[in-house]
Amino acid sequence: MFNYAFRRLLSTIPVLWIAITACFFVLRLAPGGPFDGERPLPEAIKQNLAAHYNLDKSLFEQYIIYLGNLLQGDLGPSFINQDFTVAEQLLVGLPYTLIIGGMAFFLSIVLGITAGILGSVYRNGIPDYLIGTVILIGLVLPNFLVAPILQLFFGLKLEWLPVGGWGGGALSHIVLPVVVLALPHIARISRLTRGAMIEVMHSNFIRTARSKGLGGGSIVWRHALKPTLTPVVSYLGPAASYLLTGSLVVETIFGLPGIGRYFINAALNRDYGMVLGTVVFYMILIVVLNLIVDILYAWLDPRVRSR
Amino acid sequence: MKPYSLRNLLSAGMLALMGGLASAATINIHNGGDPTSLDPHKLSGDWENRIAGDIFEGLVTEDTKAEPIPGQASEWTVSDDGLVYTFTLRDDAVWSDGTPVTANDFVFAFQRLMNPETAAVYAYLQYSIKNAEAINTGEISDLAELGVKALDDKTLEITLERPTPYFIGALTHYTAYPLPEHLLEKVGDDWVKIENIVTNGPYTPVDWVPGSHVTTVKHEGYYAAEDVKIDGAKFFVLEDESAALKRYRAGEFDILTEFPTDQYAWMEENLPGQAQVAPYAGLYYYVVNHNKPPFDNADVRKALSMSINREVIGPQILGTGELPAYSWVPPGMANYDEPYMVDWKDMPYGEKLAEATSLLAAAGYDADNPLKLQLRYNTNENHKRIAVAIAAMWKPLGIDVELYNTETKVHYDELQRGVLDVARAGWLADYNDADNFLNLLKSTVEHNYGRYNNPEYDALVDKANATVDTAERAELLHQAEKLALDESAAIPIYYYLARNVVSPRVKGYENNAFDIHRTRWLELVD
Repeated sequence: MFNYAFRRLLSTIPVLWIAITACFFVLRLAPGGPFDGERPLPEAIKQNLAAHYNLDKSLFEQYIIYLGNLLQGDLGPSFINQDFTVAEQLLVGLPYTLIIGGMAFFLSIVLGITAGILGSVYRNGIPDYLIGTVILIGLVLPNFLVAPILQLFFGLKLEWLPVGGWGGGALSHIVLPVVVLALPHIARISRLTRGAMIEVMHSNFIRTARSKGLGGGSIVWRHALKPTLTPVVSYLGPAASYLLTGSLVVETIFGLPGIGRYFINAALNRDYGMVLGTVVFYMILIVVLNLIVDILYAWLDPRVRSR
Repeated sequence: MKPYSLRNLLSAGMLALMGGLASAATINIHNGGDPTSLDPHKLSGDWENRIAGDIFEGLVTEDTKAEPIPGQASEWTVSDDGLVYTFTLRDDAVWSDGTPVTANDFVFAFQRLMNPETAAVYAYLQYSIKNAEAINTGEISDLAELGVKALDDKTLEITLERPTPYFIGALTHYTAYPLPEHLLEKVGDDWVKIENIVTNGPYTPVDWVPGSHVTTVKHEGYYAAEDVKIDGAKFFVLEDESAALKRYRAGEFDILTEFPTDQYAWMEENLPGQAQVAPYAGLYYYVVNHNKPPFDNADVRKALSMSINREVIGPQILGTGELPAYSWVPPGMANYDEPYMVDWKDMPYGEKLAEATSLLAAAGYDADNPLKLQLRYNTNENHKRIAVAIAAMWKPLGIDVELYNTETKVHYDELQRGVLDVARAGWLADYNDADNFLNLLKSTVEHNYGRYNNPEYDALVDKANATVDTAERAELLHQAEKLALDESAAIPIYYYLARNVVSPRVKGYENNAFDIHRTRWLELVD
């Protein structure tokens, strides 16, 4: 298993290199630079800035410098937040993103699987329709709409929760962003669970279990749940990477200092170092998460293990 | 650069996790974006100025009306030729670590500002100082040649390149703040890290979580600390204006420095007196490409300008009542009296349209042979609304408009390369002087995007700037403004408004043309 994981990690190095190279050069194709804006700078000052950040060297030289620094673990400076390096910004933002994303991930799994099981057990009954409706709403409404609605309702109308901000990590501040972030994933997980559970309940081994006289609860929990989770787990990899890399919309609307906003803002600001830094960071995160999912998969499904 | 220390990061993180140092007299200010830096030489935005101006103070500072008043200097004298300024520093001016502020701190700061290696974005704002431009562009390499000298610990002498009537005003700007030389010598560029920084303003920063907030606390050694009523400020990062307004309504913010214009009517009804809309020294305008026919024809430009119904843009299209612009210099600039207005300003709109139509017909364009043009703007809801409205106003004249929007960086990159027919631009004054706006149309200036080129105009502006007598100088600048407007060098559209929302808890807040409101003048009441 370790051997397998190690090989998987090793194989990501060329992928990472290709992604960085492509990203490095494609970024420079975009017109406009980090110091262009409403207020144009005199030529002399532009030259001073370019010299300061090595932007006056040839593109290839800059690329070599960047790779050299990267190998030493240095992600370089940020043009837009000059008091923090790229690595510092990512490290400062990471705890917030991990807390919000981690809680949303946990919430999605618990609520999603529970709702899915209820839906399949009471298939075509009132609970199923109720859950189905709520799920549909969660899937259809985009988070940039749900977030302000929840802010208005719980923050301004009922005054139960603060409208935004981190608030020192108090639960009351975290509830709304976590719910908004989790909602579409709760919906997808519950639909996956429901579909898989219905299918599993029709399979031969469940019929055998029934014929041996086992009760409904025991069948669902002891026999049907594990095979049901296989498709769900394959969805968890992408879901986790999505949640843990943060969400631009949720972070922007709730004013949270996570790292989701950096990716988009850095690209808009032509903050070259920051864009590359987030790409490297996301890639590593996604690779690791996929690896974890693969390992879980093997645990859940004996057929995968024997292969 | 020193590698980041994990402990510092963790402690910053812990501080953030434990929450800010909230107390009754902390003001919560919604401040838009993250500051680029706390280093005054790295800044260029108004949101950065809000923080920098609270934590640092120059020789001169702003009062509640944003007018210059003595800051770290208690008094100064000016030589008769207007070239040599001698400042006396306050005896009780100190840095937040207790070290006295000396004339050397100013000399050091100005030299660093102009040093090309610093790559200060805004260095050009102080080019009126002797040899400043030559040092900044690398022509002179000896920093000591700069016209800023310490006569003794508390006396500073600044020599100018040419008489500059707005020089005292320009000294309120963050490019003119002193820097703690003793600290920079010790830790270099890391002086600005939150755990190292010392400042000389009424406040000093204690916490910064990028993407969330900057927290400042009162600097007890500040010479006027007794009169500073608010104990600290928290400047919040939040780009989403609608979300900011909701947080304001929930009492989480005391001041919003921007609000969504389409919410103005609602606020007027539901939060009466809290939304502050005040004239701002800035101009929203369109540039026209002077190097591309038929826009090189002054009559065509005049037709484009005349046929814009400016009176509806502020009240109806933006909804916040921006005043229509018929001059190049916004009203109310110092040393300038009333700006020159285009001579067709008061014509009824029907007549303007008729004249514009005939001007365009004379140039060979009408409904059958429409003038095709591309109107560029940077992606933004308000710019779009205005562009759509103006395209509709031009339609009856036989002008076919293609609307073209790009993100801000691309927009200005293309404008600087002269890729445009007609394009949106804007300018906010850096200092209180008409020259700031008239400079935009000089042929030698990068941001003269339309490439208006009239040697007579350049000569008038240059001559004015070499004139010591303010009345005579104003007269020359007026002539330049008239010349440019009579040729429709560009199309002024409206004068900017500053849009703030201020809670009734906040006292001492006064609207002013530079939208500068230092926390030291404010007070929180319950």
